[in-house]
Amino acid sequence: MTSRRAFLGKAAALGGIAVAPGLFLFEPARAKGVTSKVRWGMLVDTTRCDEGCDACVAACNRENGLSGRTGPDDSQWIRKLELKEEATGRTLSLPVMCQHCAEPPCVDVCPTGASFKRADGIVLVDRHICIGCRYCMMACPYKARSFVHYPLHDQKPDVPRSQGCVEACTLCVQRVDRGEQPACVEACGATGRQALFFGDLNDPQSEISRRMRAAGAKQIRADLQLDTGVRYQGI
Amino acid sequence: MRLLAALALAASLALPAGAMAGVDKPVIVKAQRGPCIAPPDVMRRVHPDLLRHQRTITVHEGVVDAKVSLEKCVACHASKATGSVAASPQDFCESCHAYAGVKLDCFECHASRPEKK
Repeated sequence: MTSRRAFLGKAAALGGIAVAPGLFLFEPARAKGVTSKVRWGMLVDTTRCDEGCDACVAACNRENGLSGRTGPDDSQWIRKLELKEEATGRTLSLPVMCQHCAEPPCVDVCPTGASFKRADGIVLVDRHICIGCRYCMMACPYKARSFVHYPLHDQKPDVPRSQGCVEACTLCVQRVDRGEQPACVEACGATGRQALFFGDLNDPQSEISRRMRAAGAKQIRADLQLDTGVRYQGI
Repeated sequence: MRLLAALALAASLALPAGAMAGVDKPVIVKAQRGPCIAPPDVMRRVHPDLLRHQRTITVHEGVVDAKVSLEKCVACHASKATGSVAASPQDFCESCHAYAGVKLDCFECHASRPEKK
């Protein structure tokens, strides 16, 4: 019986292997560390995103140990937005989270270097050096970051977090480093809607790149020229 | 100065053994698995440096399968009584840190218990 870890290692050695349609094992970083050869990104197909469905938000909360409360003091890594165009009455539902910008304003303003972009494009907070000043929260045009106001208990071993630091979507970095997809993408797939796609934006052959080429994908606030890693189709 | 030291030594030798023991020695919970990544005397001295060095490599460079890992410390050293390294004063990390008077803040963020499988 091969252990799961050994299996993933072998699978990774062969490159991205399709386990099932839409479900890929990505080459995990593991011992070598991450490189800028890949740029992780996400595509949101808003035409498939259901109003009232919050499977992605629930999966995010479960995976990262968030409370799920939505008060001003609570951490929200994904927000579901329901939009309505006044003139036509067209409605739109979409998840908004950290957009993992190539030129992240949060990193620009961070006075300690705690806000940083990993080589593979994932924007993170190093809580060891975050002083909780919240400049990054003000700089982020997507309202993606939250501040933890109270002490926490029973955190997930893979997701250390506590009072006094700013935090946001990590693209489930702990799962990506194991060769898995972010929890929200997996949960969205499990509902049958398949509105979220995760993959390597640098690889023209990856499913996400092919979809973006075929259907187009917009950035929210493209005028800011942040080159976001999270793109939206149908907005 | 040397005279002072000699006097202090003489005074301390003159005291009964009971008065020497100001605080109880830390409880060292036996690890649950095989040998550690370095001998105990090395680990006692350098574990903060190892962890501090590794955290930067892990968080910023994404090296997650490293030899040094707080998660692995916790997995081996969690006590049978509480299932944690820092939940009770007798637990592995807490006991030594209390003895040494060094604030232990790893577990304000990090889980002090191994992941439930």
